[in-house]
Amino acid sequence: MPIGQTLPFTAVRWDDVLFVVLAIMLLGSALLVVTMRDIIRCGLAMIASFASLAGIYVLLGNPLLAATQVLVYIGAISILVLFAIMLTQTKNAPTRLVFQTQAWIGAVAAVVIAAIIAGTVLTTTWPSTGAVAWTATSDIATMLFGQYVLPFEVVSVLLTAAVVGGVLLARREPPADKEDRS
Amino acid sequence: MSNSLDSYLVLSGLLFAIGTFGFLARRNAISMLMSIELMLNAVNLTIIAFGAFVKPLHVHASVIALIVIAVAAAEATVGLAIVIAIYRNKKTPLVDEYDSMSQ
Repeated sequence: MPIGQTLPFTAVRWDDVLFVVLAIMLLGSALLVVTMRDIIRCGLAMIASFASLAGIYVLLGNPLLAATQVLVYIGAISILVLFAIMLTQTKNAPTRLVFQTQAWIGAVAAVVIAAIIAGTVLTTTWPSTGAVAWTATSDIATMLFGQYVLPFEVVSVLLTAAVVGGVLLARREPPADKEDRS
Repeated sequence: MSNSLDSYLVLSGLLFAIGTFGFLARRNAISMLMSIELMLNAVNLTIIAFGAFVKPLHVHASVIALIVIAVAAAEATVGLAIVIAIYRNKKTPLVDEYDSMSQ
């Protein structure tokens, strides 16, 4: 049975309902990320915010980006962050004080940034078409491996360098070398 | 609502502001890195929203967002490796205790 464009018995569109639900999930979990006391729970809330952002990408007609968001952010970056949390947690670390002493300045700065962005967005008339344009994956592939092939190659070199650099930085020093290696 | 560019841009602005607050206010270095990820996600949402609603940017935006995601992954790798390396020396993940230069 096909589902209609609108909610039954009302004129509310499904897309709007999904947008509101996903936006509330996104902002709520992002707020939990920056305010919760237990940092592992912050990491889990971050996964929830990434997932709701993937849903918003689907609403924007971009399934490839949604899949990439799930694979890269939820699958790789979140796991990396959770590993780093578990490697750097100490039992005697002070967990009472989550925020710095100047946190209220940061809060003021964040409110000012949000107000500036919202004011700018709402007072500007964008050249918007007023409807979401679906992005075909084959179009992205054609453009990525045609016009944008040089940035693609540069990014692959950057990723290689990042992997080597990450291993080198996080590597444990070899214990008690015989010769002096300074 | 889901058919207007403004709502997506305001949403990404709010997400960016939340990330800014987390970066400025949290003491834990990994929390700060998570806030940076939130800000990068907000920027990506802006790019995708422009790509979906503005005709000349249509496919370009997706490619740019993919490249941003790759660079964000590289940044997370190196940033977390640096945090772990510092933790090994200082035995704390809190950034306000990295005060060797003021002593």
